[in-house]
Amino acid sequence: MTLEKLIFYVLAAVIIAAAMMVVTRRNPVHSALFLILAFVACSGVWMLAEAEFLAIVLVLVYVGAVMVLFLFVLMMLDIDIAVLRAGFIKMLPLGVIMAIAMAAELILIVGPGNFGLEQYAAPVRHAADYSNTEEIGSVLYTVYMYPFEIAAVILLVAIIAAIGLTMRKRPDTKYLDPASQVLVKRDDRVRMVSMDAEKG
Amino acid sequence: MEFFISLWEALPSELQYLIWTLIKIVVIVAPMMLAVAYFTYAERKIIGYMQVRIGPNRVGPKGWLQPIADALKLMFKEIVIPANANKLLFLIAPAITLGPALAAWAVFPFDEKLVLADINAGLLYILALTSIGVYGVIIAGWASNSKYAFLGAMRSAAQIVSYEIAMGFALVGVLVAAGSLNLGEIIKAQQGGFFSWFWLPLLPLFGVYVISGVAETNRAPFDVAEGESEIVAGFHVEYSGMTFAVFFLAEYANIILISALTAVMFMGGWLSPFQGWPVLGALFDWVPGFVWLVIKTGFFMFLFLWLRATFPRYRYDQIMRLGWKVFIPITIVWIAVVGLAVVYQVPWWFD
Repeated sequence: MTLEKLIFYVLAAVIIAAAMMVVTRRNPVHSALFLILAFVACSGVWMLAEAEFLAIVLVLVYVGAVMVLFLFVLMMLDIDIAVLRAGFIKMLPLGVIMAIAMAAELILIVGPGNFGLEQYAAPVRHAADYSNTEEIGSVLYTVYMYPFEIAAVILLVAIIAAIGLTMRKRPDTKYLDPASQVLVKRDDRVRMVSMDAEKG
Repeated sequence: MEFFISLWEALPSELQYLIWTLIKIVVIVAPMMLAVAYFTYAERKIIGYMQVRIGPNRVGPKGWLQPIADALKLMFKEIVIPANANKLLFLIAPAITLGPALAAWAVFPFDEKLVLADINAGLLYILALTSIGVYGVIIAGWASNSKYAFLGAMRSAAQIVSYEIAMGFALVGVLVAAGSLNLGEIIKAQQGGFFSWFWLPLLPLFGVYVISGVAETNRAPFDVAEGESEIVAGFHVEYSGMTFAVFFLAEYANIILISALTAVMFMGGWLSPFQGWPVLGALFDWVPGFVWLVIKTGFFMFLFLWLRATFPRYRYDQIMRLGWKVFIPITIVWIAVVGLAVVYQVPWWFD
């Protein structure tokens, strides 16, 4: 067994173990952390497949940004596991059917019948100066220009919509703009009045 | 000696490669740790002088042994684990913070030929690794099972994620200007002396990068993650002894990393500032590139300390405003400007 194969099997084992933990852990924060582990190991597998751009971007985007925000929300929420598990037995048959259907689909599509060296020749090793990043970039901005731009616009719309949803006015909050607080002058708050002293 | 050579040659080539790489890693990491230790000493001395104090001067001549004494003290202190804290996560959080700060040096070019892994996607690798560092802070804050630690972690996570975008965009400008993701190539694209370096054509991005770097490392004036005056010490309030020391190490290792990266991206890395100049160029030709790199990195490290001694802490809403509403628009505009300059080959830098 070559070193590369050994690394692959170690990473694959880590991915599967982490993925199992994601669905079986009781604590959602632990699940999220195991998902991060699965992502990192997955990026290692992609690295072995000479897809260094995808491997690094997986870590950069999913681990470095998406999962941080995920964890951010999960840690703030007070998730009651008992409530989440309340309907477990009732929903079990439906869940089992769904799981079997999905597993069957997966086996049909990525099963051993469709892969292997008979269907696809082993990929050729690229030279050390072959830049995956450059290749993806040149294809992305020429051949797939329109799909790429359209995807970008859809994402932009999603961002604007998400921001728009949070922009509602809430009259019941007592929020004060700190900048306007700082800029307050004495004359805005205090009015000097001269009064005659009362007798008493 | 010959016995050892024959023993070495008896090893399989893959194992030889592995051992060689490990030795190289030690050669990079060990001086890094020493640099971190003496950077803490430099910080206390420099800030001391800026505040008209002497700073540490008791342990060893002029206090030179102070960092060693601090390290020993921290090593022998008890590690207190809070009640109901998640023990495993609590203990690996410091390691997660320190790991990426050291691993990023793998692609760093110390000189023209002196680099551990000369990979094409070096810049991406560094961006990916620096984005992992935030997990140490989040996990530490959450696993401590303490409100102050948690608040610190939340603040810090939001801040790091926000400034990472501005930082990444600033580097996009650099890679557009250099036309490569390889750090060595980025340096070579800046050849031709002080005014050919990227700091001048990419001046707005340079400013954004340096300031975002300060924010990324949670240093003053962006140190609300620690916020001694309001949330005690932020995410590492529950940490003691060596676990605390590792957080401390990671913070300083990150500062050195950001300083060195600034030197590479905007200040020509190991290039001489007088390269190609009439008289000075020949005069300073003998200086090795590594020395220039150390001088440049040292300047930015000093800048971090200088900022800390000078500015009061930023208010949190202003930090967010600066990151999202000022820096990100600046970087986007300047990436467009650089793109146009590269396409139309504007003279001096891009022709």
